[in-house]
Order: sequence, then C-alpha cells, then structure tokens
Amino acid sequence: MKSRRLWMLAGLVAAGGAIWLLAFGGLNQNMVFFMTPSELQAGEPLPPGTSMRLGGRVKPGSVQWDAAQTRLRFVLTDEGAEISVAGSVAPPAMFREGMGVVVEGTYGPGQVFQADGIMIKHSNEYAPPGDGVDPSQTYRSLLESS
Amino acid sequence: MLGTLGYASLVAAFLGAAIGCWCGLKAGLDRTSDERVLRVCALAARRAAFFTFGAMSAAMLAMEAALLSHDFSVEYVSRVGSLETPAYYTAISLWSSLDGSILFWAWILSGFVALFAYSRRRDGTGSPLSGERGGLPHELRNTPLVVASCCIVGLFFYGLLLGPANPFGIVDPPPTNGPGPNPLLQNHPLMGLHPPMLYFGFVGMTVPFAFAVAGLIRGNVETRWLRESRRWMIAAWAFLTMGIIGGGWWSYEVLGWGGAWAWDPVENASLLPWLTATAFLHSSMVQEKRGMLKTWNLSLMIGTFLLTLFGTFLTRSGVLDSVHSFTEGVIGPIFLAFIALLSLASLALIGWRSDRLHAPGRIEGAVSRETAFLFNNLLLVGLTFTVLLGTMWPLVVEATSGDRISVGAPYFNQVSSPVGLALLFLMGIGPVLPWRRGAGAAARGALGRAGAAGAVVAAAALALGMREVIPVLTLLAAGFVICTIVEEFVRAIKARSLAGRSTVAAFLELFARSGRRYGGYVVHMGVVVIALAISVSWTWKTEREQTLFKGQRLAVGEYEIEFVELWTREEPHRFVVGASFDAYRGGSLLGRQDPRLNLYVRDPSQQLIATPAVASSLSSDLYLTLMAVDADNLEHATVKAIVNPGMAWLWAGGGIMGVGALLAIVPWGFRRRRAVPLE
Repeated sequence: MKSRRLWMLAGLVAAGGAIWLLAFGGLNQNMVFFMTPSELQAGEPLPPGTSMRLGGRVKPGSVQWDAAQTRLRFVLTDEGAEISVAGSVAPPAMFREGMGVVVEGTYGPGQVFQADGIMIKHSNEYAPPGDGVDPSQTYRSLLESS
Repeated sequence: MLGTLGYASLVAAFLGAAIGCWCGLKAGLDRTSDERVLRVCALAARRAAFFTFGAMSAAMLAMEAALLSHDFSVEYVSRVGSLETPAYYTAISLWSSLDGSILFWAWILSGFVALFAYSRRRDGTGSPLSGERGGLPHELRNTPLVVASCCIVGLFFYGLLLGPANPFGIVDPPPTNGPGPNPLLQNHPLMGLHPPMLYFGFVGMTVPFAFAVAGLIRGNVETRWLRESRRWMIAAWAFLTMGIIGGGWWSYEVLGWGGAWAWDPVENASLLPWLTATAFLHSSMVQEKRGMLKTWNLSLMIGTFLLTLFGTFLTRSGVLDSVHSFTEGVIGPIFLAFIALLSLASLALIGWRSDRLHAPGRIEGAVSRETAFLFNNLLLVGLTFTVLLGTMWPLVVEATSGDRISVGAPYFNQVSSPVGLALLFLMGIGPVLPWRRGAGAAARGALGRAGAAGAVVAAAALALGMREVIPVLTLLAAGFVICTIVEEFVRAIKARSLAGRSTVAAFLELFARSGRRYGGYVVHMGVVVIALAISVSWTWKTEREQTLFKGQRLAVGEYEIEFVELWTREEPHRFVVGASFDAYRGGSLLGRQDPRLNLYVRDPSQQLIATPAVASSLSSDLYLTLMAVDADNLEHATVKAIVNPGMAWLWAGGGIMGVGALLAIVPWGFRRRRAVPLE
C-alpha cells in the first residue's frame, strides 16, 4: 500500500519535472531576437543561425522584385543604419516602399539578412483619411509598387 | 441622443449592480438580523440582477442603434463606423475595438447573472415568509452570495464603461464619416461568430468563480452546489471551445498563411483559461465521488476566471508590444490592479477557509480513476504554466536585460506536443480504470485491446509514410482512445438491450440518463478527431509558391492549378483585385478559385488585405493566397498554393466537442420521471 502511494508520488514528480524541464529548457533555444538595423550593426555579432526579427523601414528605391524567380531584395533602414535583405519570398500583398516592416530570418554571410518571412507592422491607431484623397489613386499606386 | 441614452443606461446598470452587491452580501453574511429581512434582501439582490440586465441591454441596443444609424456624434461610432461598411460588419463592429468589447462583455455578464438569478427562482430566498429569527438558513446563503460576487465583478466593468472606457462620449461637431473597423475584422463573415463565442466563454467563467467565492465564504461546498457550478462551467467551457476553434477557422480563412494556430498571444490568452477549466471539469469528479480536492477545485475555478481577466489584460493593454507601452493607456493599469486585488482576496479567502475544506478521503490505489485525474490535472496545469511562461517570457527578458525578444511557435509546439500526447493516452486509460482500487482483470483486458487497436492505426500510418515520432504516437493514442470509448458505449448499450430496448433507443437513453458521462465521451471523440487532423496536416502539408503567366500551370500534391486571368472590382467599401485559377484534382476540374487582395477605402493605413481561396473537401483543402500581381499588364500573378490534408476534420472535431458538451448539460426531461434499475 505504502509503496503504491510512493510510486504514484514518484510518477507525479517525474511528470512535473519533465514539464518543468521542457518549459525552461526550450525557452533559450526558441528565443527570437528583435532588433533594429542599428542594433544589429553596433551590437556584438550573434552566433550564426540565430533567428531574429529585424524591424525597420523599407528604403525607397531599394526594392528589386523578380517575379519570375520570386526573389526579393531590398534595404531595411532605421535612419541610423542600413541592412540588405534578401529572400525567396514574394513581398506580402501589403508590401510598399517606405513602410514599416519586420523581417524574420537570420543574419547570414556577406552582411545580407536572409529573410524567411516578412510581416507588416500593424498599427492599431486609426485616423480618418484626409478629404480630397481619391482612393482609386492610392489603389493604383499600390498596385504599381507591388 | 443615443449617446445620452446609452450613458444613462450604464449609470442605471451600475446602480443596479451596487444594490445587488449590497443586498446579496447582507443576505449572505448577516447572521443576526431577522430572517424575513434577509429574505427580502435576497429577493432584492435577485431583482437587481434582472434590473441590471435590462439596463445593460438598453445600453447595448443604444450602441447598436448608433452604429447602424451611423450616428457619428457617438465617440465609439466615430472611431469604428463608416458609411461604406456593409450593415452586417457595422453591426458586429461592436466588438472590433476596446470600448465596444468591454460594453459587450459587460452586457453578457449582466445576462449570466440574470440567468443565474432566474435559475434560483424556486430556492426559497425569494419568498419573504416568516421564519425563525436569527439569520438565513445556511444553504440559502449561496444564492445571494453568488449574485453579490458577480455584482462585484460587474461593478468593475460597468465602472470602466462609465469612466475610462466610455464608448458613449459625445463628439461635437460630429464628423461626416469614420474610418470603419479594422480591415482584418471586416474581411470575413466568421468575424460575427467566434468573438461572441469567446466572450460568452470568458464571461461565463464568472459564475463558477462566484460559486467558489460563495463556497469559501460559507466554508462549505455541498455536492449539489458543486454539480451546479460544474454545469455553468461546462456551458462556458463549450462556448470557449467553439470560440477557440472558430477563431482558428477565421484565422485560416482570413490571414492567408495557411494555418489555424500560430501561438499568438491572443490565441494563447484564450487557451489558458480553457486548460484550467478543462482541469476543473475532471478534478471536480474526484470531489463528487470521493470528497477530495475541495480546495484545489475552488482554486481552479478562481484561477480560470482570473486567467480570463489576465488574457484580456494581456491582449488589450498593449503590454505585449512593450513593457513600457501599457502604462500609456489607463485601462491596462486598472485591469492589472483589479486582477491583483481579486487574486489577493481569493488567496486570503482560501487561506482563511482551507482548514474547513480539508479532505476526508485519500488516494488508495496507485492505479485508479483518481490517479488518472490527478495526472490529467498535473499535465493540464503544467501546460497552462508553460504556455503562460512562453507568452510572458518576452516581458521578463525585456524587463531584466532590455533585450527585445519573442518566443517562437517551435517552443510551444515542442512543449505542448508531448504533454498533449500524454493527455490523449490518459483519455483512453482513465475511463477504463475503476475508482479507488487498482485495475482489475477487466480493465487490463480493455487496455490490452485498446493498445492493439492503437498499434494497428500506428502501423497503418507508418505504412502510409508517416515518419515523425509525435504524429505516429498521436495516431497510436487515437486508436487506443477510440477503442476504449467504443467499448464503453457497446457495453452500456448491450446491458440496456438485455433489458428489452432496441439498440437505437438504448443509445439515446445513455445520453438521457447519464448525459454527463456519455456526453463527456463524445467530447473526447472530438478531441481525438482534432488530434488526428493536426497530425495528418502536420505530416502531409505541401506548399509551393510561384509566379504564373496566363495559361501556366502549377502542380501541388494531387492538385493542379492553371492561371486564367487577373480582374478588379469596385465595391462601396473596398477595391478588390483577384486572380482566377482553374483548379484540378487528379486531372478533373474542381472549379474556379479566386484568391483576392482587398483595399479598404476608409482604412487610413491603406494596407492590402489578402483573402485566400479555400477549396475544402473531406480529405484535403487546396488553399491559394495571392502574393503579388502584375499591375502594369495584368499578365502574371504570384501565388502561394498549399495542400492541407485533414483540415475539415479540425473544424468537425470542434463541432463534435460542442455537441458532446451540449449532451452533458441539457436537462433531459425524463431523466427524473422514470427510474430504471440499470447502473
């Protein structure tokens, strides 16, 4: 009887311990660093392959989009530093020059950031658009930039 | 006009809750006054609950009327409304922003309290008959105390609406038009479905919380009250389940990345209380049968409710963007203070009463139903802890080192899959084990057969090319669980057939007489179906991305798509550019698929929102997202094509869980009338 209770306790402790290990052991391996181009250039180099998110603005005039090969290159800037970004990803539909984006990937060889994905920085702030702006013009310019 | 009416209704609701709170506390706590006085107080508390619900309904209707009539003098309407938004999305924009969500939340809360008060109409607290002098009978104190506890939570929300989150503020002069709701929230009709489900689930947890508080104050939780609180919990849990699955479905149909769950903080926030509520639904059975775990169950009820508040705080205060951003709003700190206050008060109550709630029973066998429930609770609470840890870790790191990090989905997958797998196995083991003593020969036989069934399923998966450990083990567990559940049903139906019933009648009778037990098995079946769907789609999902010219084809899995043309369309509230593809499956034409990009004209950020095209079937979905278009000549389009097997089963599993929960709580009329000496 006693040994049974002991077994059960041992089982509970083992299961709890396993969850504890899983919880804390996995954290450090799965941390994604969030940086700006300036921080990436100024900071100590991270071990190669460290996944990170780089947030900045798409430098106007830097976007090269090869639709046939789905190769995208552009420069991400935060006014202090510039980082070249490349990836075999199509620009997400909302992608426009000059807008804030977050790219996820690794800072690879040749000072080029290899992007696996692009996220647009969403803003929850809303302000009505100014009067006199023809939405179809915005639409046109959007289509042209995509 | 509507704004003033709405605000006045909110004031009335606040006063109603204050009266309900005071009267409820007096009837529940006062031990010296005349019983007649206390019965009047208890009646007044219940009436106050109805009054508050009426006032909140008026406030909500005023807001809906303001939204639908585009009354931009109402502050909330000026922020989320627009003349171009279709009526359906205008009506549901009630929950598209913070203040409106709190209004909706508060309305549901008042509704739940009124429903509770109505359910207690015959318990004796409402009849001010003359009785003995000196306090209300102990068992009648439950009703007013539950109402009072709910009213305390209500006062917080109604107070928020009167002050910092007032949606009825007046804008003078009113603008002629507004920006419309967030484009992502007006892009799919499902938006009208899962947010209310989630709110009903979240807010529904208030009633079990109030039961727990009332139980702690009274220093006793009778089995009758425990059962009743459990019913409320199952109802809220069912809403939450449907809300979570529905949210996944919405995200799949709208966000365009081809998945349903990304371990986003908003998703995690809805999962946390679901996990602890699930733990309670299981551990409360141990208390019912054996009288143990009283304090633990009360803690789970309280913890679940606090997690709903905490989740709302996390996702609504902006704290996740940065530790420093949440102090910019007023709502965040207020929420945090309220959560802290409730946590401390609950801890104090538990500390004060824990000696009275000491359990008489103890676990006797190492392998028994109780132990299975104990492990189930350990795993569920452990999972809650790890999800909470992963969600909060970025805040911890930022606060301690200043680094900005996020914790990726791999962390959550890594932790949740072994724990989920263990839970799945327990789902097969638990029902087979007897209460109290170790497993007998019958249980061992059932486990052996179930193990064999699982092995067959796993072998089939291996033969079909499934190689990853966790999905194969998941299929093994699925076979194991299905076998035990089917055996439970077969055995029960056989027993009833011997008593002269037809198989169908016997099957229906199982739900009518032991709805909780067999409804629970149906829920388990739903979970198994979901686990199967996840493993299958995880293993066999294929994805390709390519730019196609007119007439060009792309093959993905057993599907093939041919790019036909690009087209544009102008609607009052948005511009749409779409790409038409002819989809083929195994060589035969499925039909035309039109993934689109939308631009909402009143959206100030002018972002293009993608709408994927999904062709669903029982075996797999073809999922197309338009990534980029050739704006100059409309000649080519870049498309991401995903073949997602088993997705339909994910939604179906959610539906099965909902049906099971319904079977478990519906009070079947003839359960009481006829008693058959079976079981």
